[in-house]
Amino acid sequence: MMLRFSRLLLPALFALCPLAVAAADAVPTEMDPVAAARAVKLAEKLRCLVCQNQSIADSNAELANDLRRQIREQIAAGKSDSEIVDYMVNRYGDFVLYRPPFKLTTVVLWAGPALLLGGGFLVLVRNLRRRPVADSSLTAEEREQAAHLLGEDNGKDDK
Amino acid sequence: MIPELGHFALILALLLATILGTLPIIGAQRHVRAWMALARPVAQGQFVFVVTAWVCLAYSFIVSDFSVLNVATNSNSQLPAYYRFAATWGSHEGSMLLWVLMLSIWTFAVSVRSRHLPDEMVARVLGVMGLVSVGFLLFLLLTSNPFERVFPVPAEGRDLNPLLQDPGMVAHPPMLYMGYVGFSVAFAFAIAALIGGRLDATWARWSRPWTPLAWSFLTLGIMIGSWWAYYTLGWGGWWFWDPVENASFMPWLVGTALLHSLAVTEKRGTFRNWTVLLAICAFSLSLVGTFLVRSGVLTSVHAFATDPRRGVFILTFLVIVIGGSLALYAVRAPKVGVGGRFEIISRESMLLGNNVLLIAAAGSVLLGTLYPLFLDALNLGKISVGPPYFDTVFVPLMTPLVFLMGIGPLSRWKQASVPDLWRRLRWAFAISLVTALLAPLAAPQWKPLVSFGLLLAFWIVTATFVAVRERIRNADGGLWAQIARQPRSFWGMVLAHLGIAAFVVGVTMVKGYETERDVKMNVGDTVSVANYVFRFDGVTETKGPNYRAARGSVNISRNGAYVETLYPEKRMYNAGGMPMTNAAIDSGLFGDIYVSMGEPVDGGAWIIRVYSKPFITWVWGGFVMMAIGGFLALSDRRYRVGAQRDSALPRGAAAAYGTKR
Amino acid sequence: MNKKLLIPLAIFIVLAGFLFAGLWRDPREVPSPLINKPAPQFALAQLNDPATKLGTVDMKGQVWLLNVWASWCVSCREEHPLLVALAQAKVVPIVGLDYKDEPGPGKTWLAQNGDPYTTSVMDRDGSVGIDYGVYGVPETFVIDKSGTIRYKQIGPITQDALEKKILPLVRELQKS
Repeated sequence: MMLRFSRLLLPALFALCPLAVAAADAVPTEMDPVAAARAVKLAEKLRCLVCQNQSIADSNAELANDLRRQIREQIAAGKSDSEIVDYMVNRYGDFVLYRPPFKLTTVVLWAGPALLLGGGFLVLVRNLRRRPVADSSLTAEEREQAAHLLGEDNGKDDK
Repeated sequence: MIPELGHFALILALLLATILGTLPIIGAQRHVRAWMALARPVAQGQFVFVVTAWVCLAYSFIVSDFSVLNVATNSNSQLPAYYRFAATWGSHEGSMLLWVLMLSIWTFAVSVRSRHLPDEMVARVLGVMGLVSVGFLLFLLLTSNPFERVFPVPAEGRDLNPLLQDPGMVAHPPMLYMGYVGFSVAFAFAIAALIGGRLDATWARWSRPWTPLAWSFLTLGIMIGSWWAYYTLGWGGWWFWDPVENASFMPWLVGTALLHSLAVTEKRGTFRNWTVLLAICAFSLSLVGTFLVRSGVLTSVHAFATDPRRGVFILTFLVIVIGGSLALYAVRAPKVGVGGRFEIISRESMLLGNNVLLIAAAGSVLLGTLYPLFLDALNLGKISVGPPYFDTVFVPLMTPLVFLMGIGPLSRWKQASVPDLWRRLRWAFAISLVTALLAPLAAPQWKPLVSFGLLLAFWIVTATFVAVRERIRNADGGLWAQIARQPRSFWGMVLAHLGIAAFVVGVTMVKGYETERDVKMNVGDTVSVANYVFRFDGVTETKGPNYRAARGSVNISRNGAYVETLYPEKRMYNAGGMPMTNAAIDSGLFGDIYVSMGEPVDGGAWIIRVYSKPFITWVWGGFVMMAIGGFLALSDRRYRVGAQRDSALPRGAAAAYGTKR
Repeated sequence: MNKKLLIPLAIFIVLAGFLFAGLWRDPREVPSPLINKPAPQFALAQLNDPATKLGTVDMKGQVWLLNVWASWCVSCREEHPLLVALAQAKVVPIVGLDYKDEPGPGKTWLAQNGDPYTTSVMDRDGSVGIDYGVYGVPETFVIDKSGTIRYKQIGPITQDALEKKILPLVRELQKS
């Protein structure tokens, strides 16, 4: 069953997740500093698949090492940042991105906070505008009674 | 023998919790005095047994009784005594027992500090807390027994995860759980109010002190966790929007909303339904957080060892407690709307605005944390939601909140006038704007985002200053007398709001101006960061109680003059496991210098990481100020005097309070 | 009863449903985006015959399994007997991708544990692995006659996965 194997898989992967992290020893010192900075920035945007709580820049897993090398090679080959990111996404899927892409399946994710806020304020303003009809001192029945006694009720219903 | 004693104590505690969760509540419904009267003694009895159980486990750890499976898996005889003690809560089972301990402490606290409450209310509140305890005790006993024995007895334990061998481990979980679990009190009051049908300002006054108490502990707990990650993980990060961090942040956000909402309900009798709902939500989020951390549903560095069976248990418990409360809410919440009259611009509406923003923030964090699960469960693919999402979404929500923080305290209840507010605050706004625009000029580089962050912080400070000045001016006497005359809840608010300002300053400056250099350094090499020159002076081998370390020596100078030497370490623990980085940090009022060691490289060189983190101490300081503000607010005379006054009422009057349906 | 008051409960029930579904899923597993896409081309030296290369082009026209393994991989031992049995049954050719391994240890490992592979190729630097989105070992790909990836098994092949997913798929693909 799915869960059982995953516990077996865990040891195989976790053995490769040392805690020591070093973002910019991601690049060997011989690299041109501008390209090096680019490489680090790109690596920081991508999630390591082995040590899934670290970026490819920070992770010391073998795969992370290999992927950092890939990034450097691609930068040297003149690829743009988006091409390199696409390269990674084509092979590993959207999971590898720290920043979830904006696509049909993530519309709710990205629009959600704004909707929550907007919705919340709408409800708030609507409640504020609607003056509560019943004053706290009289119950609905008492109001009806009063209105009746005063001859003011024209069949209005209480909200 | 001792572990069995502890196990037995837990079973007895479960029995008492079951009694507590049933008889007093039924007694309150049916006016059976004897059953209601059971609540306090049974709660206190439960407390005694849970403490006994916990002490038994702690004892087993301190004496390194490896026949107890939990001790064998999480401790080691070479571990220093205070860490052996902290290892009591270093595992899933142990931390669950800590949860239950906290719950029984809060239950006990409510049982002794409720003399002034009507019997029905006490019975119901303690009863609800008893029911929650039943769930957790069952969980412990059925799926996560910390007292399980192991045979044959291993000669040595597996050691506490080196990451946890830190003072942070001693402080963080207890503080955090005090907070998490503390929201159960507000929750219990809310449920009691719904059951009893009585939901008004007096109810709010009774439940009010418990919330800032829990909130302050939670604030401290989160702060310690963040600080601990900062200095222990070795790369200077302090908040990662990790699912477990989010699990503690969401109750904090809702708890903050609850704090403010309770204030209004107490003073004005309004927002009743909303306050009750918030109280239910705050604790519900604590429970959901517990689930997320222990069920394996989300990946996290913090998560405990996972087991679907435990996950099912907790989820069932969640459905019963949260589903039950929300159902009760739907059925019993008073049909009156928001209640009271107030204008669209008034302190009430500002506080409602505060609530909307905080709930939207909590909702967004929940959305981001669970979204990968949503998509995966619907077979719509696998994504990951990382810090870029949360950072993008959170700041726009916090900005209006900060704005409200300035004008809220100055707005009058019921009706505030915008021109009047503008008149009182325009100087504050102008000063904050100008200072915010100018201040970054003193820094290496003027950045618009830094200016914006500072604007928010300065706005809070100046507006709060205006509020303070207005309050004080109206009173007589010298300055000190004027200060003393204001209620502590006011000063608590001032301090907490200033704490947020300090936090914002810290975050803004750190994010704007932190610098990092990772360099391979041979002995004698130097690197300069932020006006300081760092010289690597080599490494010596040292030994700790249960580890060996490579201790680096880094000489720091400024403008040629010696400043200090820092000693970062790379530790290898004897019981095995991964090497631990111990950063050396020089903390100052205006920032930290942070040095840690990466990996050794051939030829005796090391990768050394040097960070300058300006104003990061303000991040922790802000948290601490908030927590102190919370403690200050609840020490307000009103709660102490009010308590005495209510308890002086004849019994009949207090009882009369509780029967209106 | 005011219907609006039911909203929080409704939201919670939906949430709980998702949480329940989540209990049966593995958050660490990363599904492959290469399913139903052409298998990335490679031509690598063979483990037992370094002078000749084997590539995806050579396997075109048949259904085959690409099994990523290594001598340093512990979990591979668990699935290996199943692979050996599968090879003996001659159901489908299995090509091994010796990932980030040295030829010496690789050959020794196969000698010790059995060699179910029609042949194994060496991916010493892991670049072919990257092309295939390999992030752990072992992993297995089912590739059809036109060279399209149809299924990826993450982690060791279990008896269950073999019977319920891999073999039925292989048979179906072989028929077409």
